[in-house]
Order: sequence, then structure tokens, then C-alpha cells
Amino acid sequence: MSTPAPPETEPRAASPEVAVRLRGIGKRFPGVVANDDINIDVHRGTIHAIVGENGAGKSTLMKILYGVQPPDSGTIEINGTEVTLHSPADAIKNNVGMVFQHFMLADNLTVLENVVLGAESLHGIGAKARAQVMRISDAYGLGIQPDRLVEELGVGARQRVEILKVLYRGARIVILDEPTAVLVPQEVEELFGNLRELKAEGLSVIFISHKLDEVLSVADEITVIRRGTTVRTVRPEGVTARQLAELMVGSELPSPSTEVSTVTDEVLLTVRNLSLPTGEGRPLLDDISFQIHRGEILGIAGVEGNGQAELVEAIMGMRPGVTGTIELSGQDLSHRSTRDRREDGIGYIPEDRHRHGLLLDSPLWENRILGHQYRPPSVNHGLIDKGAARADTLRIIEQYDVRTPGPDVLARALSGGNQQKLIVGREMSGEPILLIAAHPTRGVDVGAQAAIWRHIKNARRNGLAVLLISADLDELIGLSDHIEVILRGRFVGSFDPAGVTPERLGSAMTGAGEDQ
Amino acid sequence: MSVPATATHVVEPAAGPRVRRRLPRWWFAAALFAVLFALSVLEAVTGAHDLVSRGTVAATLIAVVPIMLAGLGGLWSERAGVVNIGLEGMMILGTWGAGYFGYHYGAWAGVAGAIMMGMLGGLVHAVATVTFGVDHIISGVAVNIIALGAVQYLASLTFVGLPGGGQTQSPKIPDVQTITITPVGDGLGDIADKDIFFVSQLASVAQALVTNLSLLVVIALLLLVLTWWVLWRTAFGLRLRSCGESPAAAESLGVHVLRYKFAAVLISGGLAGLGGGFLAMVASSNYRDGQTGGRGYIGLAAMIFGNWRPGGLLAGSGLFGYTETLGLRQGSESVHALLLALAVLALAAAVWQARLQQQRAAIITGVVAIGLGVLYFAIDEVPGDFTSMTPYVVTLLVLAFASQRLRMPAADGQIYRKGSAG
Amino acid sequence: MTRARLTRLGLGIASAVLALLAAFLITSLVLLAAGDPVWDVWSQLLSWPESRNWANIINNASVLYLSGLAVAVGFRMNLFNIGVDGQYRVATFTAAVVAGEAWLPGYLNTALAIVCAMAVGAIWAGIAGALRAMRGVSEVISTIMLNFIATGLVAYLLRQVSVRAEGSNEIGTREIPEGSRIGGLPFGDYDIYGFIVIAAIVGFAFWFVLNRTRFGFDLRATGQSTTAAVASGISVKKMTIAAMMISGAIAGLVGLPILFGDAYTYGSTFQSGLGFAGIAIALLGRNHPIGIAFGALLFAYLDEQSNPLQILVGVSPDIVAITQGVIVLTVVISYELVRRYGVRLEQREVAKALASSRTDRPEEVSA
Repeated sequence: MSTPAPPETEPRAASPEVAVRLRGIGKRFPGVVANDDINIDVHRGTIHAIVGENGAGKSTLMKILYGVQPPDSGTIEINGTEVTLHSPADAIKNNVGMVFQHFMLADNLTVLENVVLGAESLHGIGAKARAQVMRISDAYGLGIQPDRLVEELGVGARQRVEILKVLYRGARIVILDEPTAVLVPQEVEELFGNLRELKAEGLSVIFISHKLDEVLSVADEITVIRRGTTVRTVRPEGVTARQLAELMVGSELPSPSTEVSTVTDEVLLTVRNLSLPTGEGRPLLDDISFQIHRGEILGIAGVEGNGQAELVEAIMGMRPGVTGTIELSGQDLSHRSTRDRREDGIGYIPEDRHRHGLLLDSPLWENRILGHQYRPPSVNHGLIDKGAARADTLRIIEQYDVRTPGPDVLARALSGGNQQKLIVGREMSGEPILLIAAHPTRGVDVGAQAAIWRHIKNARRNGLAVLLISADLDELIGLSDHIEVILRGRFVGSFDPAGVTPERLGSAMTGAGEDQ
Repeated sequence: MSVPATATHVVEPAAGPRVRRRLPRWWFAAALFAVLFALSVLEAVTGAHDLVSRGTVAATLIAVVPIMLAGLGGLWSERAGVVNIGLEGMMILGTWGAGYFGYHYGAWAGVAGAIMMGMLGGLVHAVATVTFGVDHIISGVAVNIIALGAVQYLASLTFVGLPGGGQTQSPKIPDVQTITITPVGDGLGDIADKDIFFVSQLASVAQALVTNLSLLVVIALLLLVLTWWVLWRTAFGLRLRSCGESPAAAESLGVHVLRYKFAAVLISGGLAGLGGGFLAMVASSNYRDGQTGGRGYIGLAAMIFGNWRPGGLLAGSGLFGYTETLGLRQGSESVHALLLALAVLALAAAVWQARLQQQRAAIITGVVAIGLGVLYFAIDEVPGDFTSMTPYVVTLLVLAFASQRLRMPAADGQIYRKGSAG
Repeated sequence: MTRARLTRLGLGIASAVLALLAAFLITSLVLLAAGDPVWDVWSQLLSWPESRNWANIINNASVLYLSGLAVAVGFRMNLFNIGVDGQYRVATFTAAVVAGEAWLPGYLNTALAIVCAMAVGAIWAGIAGALRAMRGVSEVISTIMLNFIATGLVAYLLRQVSVRAEGSNEIGTREIPEGSRIGGLPFGDYDIYGFIVIAAIVGFAFWFVLNRTRFGFDLRATGQSTTAAVASGISVKKMTIAAMMISGAIAGLVGLPILFGDAYTYGSTFQSGLGFAGIAIALLGRNHPIGIAFGALLFAYLDEQSNPLQILVGVSPDIVAITQGVIVLTVVISYELVRRYGVRLEQREVAKALASSRTDRPEEVSA
């Protein structure tokens, strides 16, 4: 079902000046073309969004604009003058400021120290600087407290410090890289309010995102980037989120289709009164109870940071301090070690495969052993059976379509999608009773995504219980037999995927409709 | 699609870490007084009379300075994010530098030579870690090996054949000036001899500070204050500290992270070298093989004990210098008295833990307290071998029990490559 | 061997050679600056040793080999065991006392003493391991502190149990009876320590356990990525303590070749400082038992050949200590440079292989 293409933006008749003009920007890395012939005009006093898939080249482009990396080809014009940027210092001199997705703040230093760092010559580091900080904070409504340690601040407050940092240095062009990735909806609104104030003062804001709804609500112009090149620049009035998404992906959006239900009556996983108290304040997990049956996929929906990661770690036995019971096929796991739980039949596809799923500098056959080193085929009586491990790795490579020259290659050399396919294959090989899949298609190309969905559905058909955590609502709705929404460590809503819409799920995830 | 933009409900962010209480400015003086008071009590109770005598205090100062200088060197380096366990080697280089340049060109040349040689060691560490990205510990170990070999090699090259010199020692080095304020010193001495509880002890401390006080001690203490001021009150210091807390953030703001790290390690070497020079010129009167005796490591321990702050470093150095001095002077009697103090402290700690509902910990500490008390009454003196161990044991205990409360610079030990920002 | 492994081996050897050459160059510069005769020094150092010297070299190498192995176990888990010195001090003392008491006859006595030495070494290192696992204390500092504590402790205990050898001022433990000594293996006209056999067995065990057992896999995995290890079910705390204890157990053997093959008693002048050399050798040998063997031989060779430097050339033998320290640095730098080159090579290979087999199934590409 394809929608008609949205109209191209007409060049403005009485155009306010162009704050930033990129022409023909290109950048290559060994083996990959990150940017190719990028052309963008950012008009002064507007909020200009740049959208694209993961890996489309947005971050590279912004690093070029901020002087962190030089482009291989193309020109950058700022306020009509062509510039070459050798370092962030040059960008700052040209009144460009960047707020990175991963905040560049030193936890152990105060807000004031973080702001003046590198710009001590502007207003010193004492009272004058503090006064200037307060002046900017008041002018744009940022609510800064200069003498607090950054580590005491929440995420939204830290972002405002980052914005203040760039304003302190006189930025007139502010770049934000995925600013809403870590914010809750209330904070997103506050941020957009700040951005509109910046715009009102004549600053230009460039805003990278892949959250199309947000982009549509706040941007004046949207540029879509796909596979490193600009596809089109559009205005939000004339376009829908779905059209934007199709521009981003360039084809039919993949969507996991539902099929005949395979859910049985047999309960495989029972979780009762699972809680994870912290020393102070709200517990990370608050009296969670649920069941997963054989042949069922339970999807957990929630804004990141509401307890999903802790839930997974609690079930895996990787978190101390958890109370409650966990039963797998009738066996009480609550006090067993991670190793025992794996042996009892839990397979785990971790959210962060580089940190929890792979040994990057080991060959694939050793990665096959990882997590399964307590049983055949890789290990016999405490000894490693290299031949069997390699043979089984070959089987996984074949069955799960892992693109690699062989099993002796280092895991680091594989692409993200192939690494994930290997992990899926490995975890399924242990013949698990329960499969935990945390964000299984994050950072994975579209082809691998379809394959992984297929494997998860196979698992369900073969009688596994699957616990699926995802931030991709389409994935959740498409794969799950039952959806629970987690908010502040509690389950707050049960949904049947057949009848639910992303909007309803989103409301439940953000607590809209709950009493204050 | 992910979360829609509209929402009306606030979701609290995860509770932030607890606010750290900052010690008030005057804590150091207060602690000093408290310690002196406790020692006076101990002297009265146990009859040990050398705990705070003028001789002990003077010797403590001499013992504290090299440790403090080494620790200061460690502080500069680690605040910039470079772990430096090569301090021992840099100190050794300093001892030779003092011996060679001091003998040939005079006392202050010896001081300069010590600093310079220490910086040379710092240069090796800096090039290895900052320029080539070698692991900090490995580089530190290498510096120690190289420094030891180099100094022994240089000693046999330059000291053999000189009067009083040989393969393992240099000839006598001219002394650095000392300060003595005679009238004040004599007056204080009289008060000290009167044996009035606590007042006499205060007088001994004061007397030691105005009698035969080496200029190097004064310089060392000034360097400590200077360090605090530079690192926490100037732009240079802020940038340096940011390199140790978040080099990515610093680089993104235009700070030349690698340059600051390099400079910090050089300064670190210079300070350690000065510590070595102090050992050769004030603590003794010439260079001697093995003079440093592990003080580079003790300095590191003092830095950790002091939570990477100059004030704490001074406290730690004071503690270690004091225990080392006690070990050397009438060691058995004084350390024996300290056992009682430890037993009392352990008892107090046990009570505290019991009040905090930490039953198991309280019982263990209580047993330790009783054990120490029994030990105190069972033996008359502590054998020399054990007294020489005190700084190391104390360090281990501090690390074992206080590790959780310490806060080292966040990016300490991180191998940083330019362009890692973003 | 597969082409990938051959390449890796070749790169490994090349980087070692590169490192050594760089170290020798720097040493020469130091000699030049000091005004010492560079050519004479090298001709003495690189001259072919006599039979007698070879025996010494092999003997010292076996000691250094054990030290390198001990450190390497820690390195494989990203733990720095700087405490080998202290560990072998307490262990050798223990072995000397046990063997001297001779509660069991002949070689049973020897075996008991060896076991005790390993146990004591393991416990001593285990303290640091426990501190690291339970309290997060850096094992670097704690092992250094334990070194100094060991010195004092052993000095005290030595005074308590020692006997004075006739006609000398040294104190030492009771001599080990003849039946418990380990005889030498004939080597030309001279003997080498019989303990070398045990050292070789330990080297083999090191390789086998690390590469062929599940425990070794767990250890290597923890060293590569603690987070991945935790997720895979490994208990990092247990591995930390276990690794340190194994490292300490091997360290406990370091002094035994000398004890059972030459000195037969532990005295206050027993050789010290072998721990730091072990660190350098482990790095040079890339934590691999064969590489470490070569490294140990090299260091022992340099030490032996430098002995007559003072007499023959008028240069202090300590110049070699400088070389050894510099090797530590050049080795690490050289390995890193070569490793990065190797990774780039591999990525290019993978990209090539995938490009050429874009449409068909990937095939096995190995011998």
C-alpha cells in the first residue's frame, strides 16, 4: 500500500537568509560510504529537522558540520561565507554549537565548571561567568543551577545544561543530535518549548531525529536522508509520518504479520511479586507478576528507563537485590545463578550485543561457546571441543544466514545484523524453554530484521515461551500475542495486539489518562 | 513508530545519586587538634612518652614530605586521567639527580637536578601513555624498571672514585638551609618540658616547626597549597581536571586533552623527583641505593586515602609518615601504645555498626577490637619487622574498608585517543 | 594451519622482533650519551656463551619462565599481579622450612614442600584477589603492599626459625636433606636444575587449561569483556579470586628451582626482584607459554652476558636493566601497532570475501 509522494518544498520567494548551506558533502570510511552528495539549506530562524534510519549518515553529517571530522568533498557555507572547519573550536568560532546525543558532561564537576570549560576567556570562571550563565538561563527559560554537580541532575536538566553551553559561546546555529531519545514526553514538550524560544530570538536550530511524530510537530522544514544522501526536503504541513517513513526506507515498510495463534494452556514462565527496591525513592521494579505460556510471545512496551532492562536482568539473575519468585517449568529459579538459569533453559538475546552478547576480539566459534560453555556440543566434561564448536558454528551460519567468510573470523569484523543473527542462532541452539529477546532488531539492517522476526516466530511455533522487549511499537504489535505496558517499574496496562493502535499503546506508556 | 509527542503526565527520572556532603574548610585544623588530643590521652594512659615529642614531630615532618610530594605527583597525574605507578622510579631518579648535581654544583642545583631527573622519568611515562596509548600500569612498571637500572648504571658511572662515593652511594651533598627561630623555639621547649597535659604536646609541635626547619619542607608545603589553588581556582586547573573526568567533553569544547595530560605527567614526575631529592638531601645527606624504600607507592596510597584531594593527601601522608617515624624511634613502645588506640577505635566502629543494624559487620569488628586489646596486654613490644610494615598494612586496611567511599577521577586510567569526542 | 592463523603468527613474531630492535637501539643511544663504548658492549652481550654460561642461562630462564607464567595468568584476566615477588618470598620460605623439617622421607618431602609453596603463594595472592572481587580494591596497589608486608613477615619468621650456618654471618632455614634435593640434569660438563621439568609441565598445563578447558574459556572471556561474561553465566567474582590464586600458586614455584637445585636453604640473601622481570617477560611473550619461554631465555641471556661487562669493558651491567625496561614499552607499542594493522587486514579480507560471494551461500574458507 504505497502513498503518493509528498510535494517537494518550493524555494521560498522572499527568502530569509540561509544560515547554513551544505553542497555536495561526501565522506567515506574504509568499506562504507557514510555521506554522498548531501545538499541542505537551513534558513535562519527556523527549526530544520534531518531524519533518516539508523546508519543513514546523519551523525556523520553533523560531525562534519561541527568540525569533528573533515568532509572528503563538498562545501559548507555559514551565513553566506564558505568555511573550512578543522576542529570544534573552528565551528564554535563560526557560532555553531552542538548538543551531542551522548552528553559531553563531566559528572564530577559543577554545572558552572562544565559550562565555562574551554571558554574561560569569555567571562572568566568565577562570579562574572556565573552571572552570564544566569542571564542566559533566564532569557531562554532553562532553569539552570550553576553550583550543582552534574551527576545530581536528571536527564532533562543535563540537556538544558548542554544547550546553555552552546548559547554561552554565542552560538547562533544550534545542532541537536537525537535530543529526545532519552527524554520522557513531558521533557520533550519542555525541550520543544525551549527550541521555539531560540527560534524566536533568530537562532537556527538543526535537529536530527528518527522520531517522526515529534519532528512533524516542531520542525519548520524536514530533510530526509537515506543511505548517506539527501532524498528530499519537505514541509511538515504537506506530509504524514507514514510518507516520511517510506521516504526514509525507500520501499514498503516491513511489518511483521500476525498468523495463526500458537498459544497453548501450558504455563512455562511464572513471575510473582518481582520487586527491585533501591535505597531511596521509587523501586526499579514494583511488584510485577505475569505468566508466559508455551507458544506465546509476551511483549513489554514502555519508554526506555521504566524498568525493562531491570526486568530482563532480574530474570537472568544478573541483578542482586531482587525479591519475588521466578518459576520456569515449575522449577523455582529465584535463587539460582545466571549460569544455572541458562542451563535450566533460558536463552538470552541481549539489548546491547557488544557489551553482553559477544567477545568482539574472539573468533565466531568461540562466540558460539559463549553462554553455552557448560554443555555439549562445545564442551565435554570440562574440556572444550573445538571441532564440534566449529561445526556447530557452521550450522548456525548456514541456517541463520550469517554473512561471513568462515567461523574463524573475529566477531568484530561482522556487521551488526550478522552479529545479531549469530546470537539468535546461538541462543536457539540451546533448545531453550524461554527466550528473552531485548530489542532484538536494534541497529540491524532491514533484511536482517525480517530474518530475525522470522526466527522468533519459528521459536514460538516450536513451543517456546518468548519475552519480547522493544521500543518499536510496530514490532511489538506485529509479533506479540499479548502486550503489557511497563511504567515506573509496574505493569499498568494489558493489551491485545489485534485490537490496539500505536497511539493507545503510547498513551499507556507515558501514563496519559492516569490520575496525577 | 515510537512514542507520540503529546503527553500530559510527568514521569520522574530515576532518583539521582545522593548529594555528597562536602567537608567544611576548617576540617583539617580541627582534625589535627583532635588527633593531638587523642595522642596526649594515649601518652597519659600508656606511659609511652615519645608519641608527640619534639624529636618525633621533627622526624615525622621529614618522613611526611617525601610521601606527600610523591602523592602530590600522583594527584596531578591522576587528576588529568593518567595513572602513575612509576612514581617510585621517578623518585629514584630524583635521588640520583640530587646526588650528582648537588655534589658538583651545590645544594640548590641538587634540588633542580632532582626535579629535572624526575621529569625525565615523567617524560618517558607521558610519551608512552599519552602519545602511544600504552596501558598506564604497564608503562608505570616499565618506568620503575628503567629508572632503577638507569640510576644504578649512572651511579657506577659517576660516583665511583669520588671521595665518599661508590657504586651504591654518592659523596656527601651540601645541605639545604634550615630555619630556626631561637627565642621562640627555646620558650616552647620550656613549655614542652613542663609535661602539662595537651599544652605540652602542642608546644612540642610548635617547637618542631620553628627549629631546624628545612626550607625544602616549607617549599613542599607551599607546593601543596599551590596545587590546590591551581587545580581548583584557575582555568588551567579546570581544564586539567576535566581531562581526568571526561576527556570527551573536554575535547568537544576545544581543550587539547593530550597536551594537558602530557603536562600533568611531566609535573607529576618533577614532584616525585623533588621528593627523591628531599630524601637524599634532607632526610639523609647523600644518594644511597634503595633510599626510596617504596615511598613512591606509599605516596600513591596517601593520594587514594585522601580521595584525590590535596587536603586528604596531607592527612594520609601525615598518617603514614607518623607511623613510619614511630616504627623507627623506640618503635616497639610507641607502636605498642598505638595498638591500644586501634583497639579503642575498632570498638567504637563496632558500636557504630551495631547502631546501623549491620550485625555481622559489627560482630567482626568487635572481635577485631577484642583481639587487638588482648594483643596489647599480652605483649610488651612489637617486633621491629612488624613496625616497619605499618604503612603497608594501614594502606591495605584503608583500601579494604573505605574503597566504596572514594571517588577517583572518572576517566582515570582511560587510554584516550584524539578524536574520540562525539 | 589456516592462512588466518599463519598471518597472525607471522605478525606476532614480526612485532616482537621490531620491539627488540627498537629497545637495542635506545640502549645504544644511552650508551653513546654516557660515553661508553657501544660496539664493545654489544659484542660482549651478543657473543656466544660458553657451556658454563649456557647452563646458567637455562637455569635462570627456568626461574624467569615461572615468573612470567604467573604474571601471564593474571594478564589473561586483565589483572595485574605485581605481587609475584612477595608471593614467591613467602612460598619459598615455607617450602624451605617444610623441606628442612623433613617430616616425610625423600621425594615425598619435596612434593609436600612444593605443594605447600603453591598453597601459600595462592593464599597470598588470593588476599589481593578477594579484596578486588569483594571490595573493588585495585589489585595493583594491594599486591604492591603485600610485597612489602611479605618482606617484613618473612624476615620476622626467619629470625624465629633459622639456624646459623657454620662459620658465616648469614641466617637461613634448616638445610634440605640430600634425599629431598632435586638433582641436576646433565648439560655438557655442567648441570641444569632438575626443576626445569616441572617448569615445562607447568607451561604445558597453562596452555592446556587456558585453551582447552571450560574454566580457561571462562577466564579468557572474563578478561576480554566482563559484561559479556556475566551475561553468559560466569561469576566474575569467583574468576577473579581463582585467577589470582592460580597466579599466586605458580608464583610460589618461582624460587623453588634455586631452592631445590642450588641453595638448599632460604636465607636473608635469597634472590629477589624476579617478579618485575616476570611482567616484562609475560608482555614480551604475549601471555603465551612458548613466547614466554623465549622471553625468559632472552632475559636470562642478557643477564648472564652482562655479568662480565664491568671487568671486560668497564661498563656497569645495569645497562641491561635499562634494556629490559625499555623492552616492556617497545613491546607493548609494537604489538599495538601491529595489531591495528592486522585488524585492518582482516576487515579488508572480510569485505572482499563478502563482495565476491554476494549472491551465493558463504563457503568455508579455511584449510
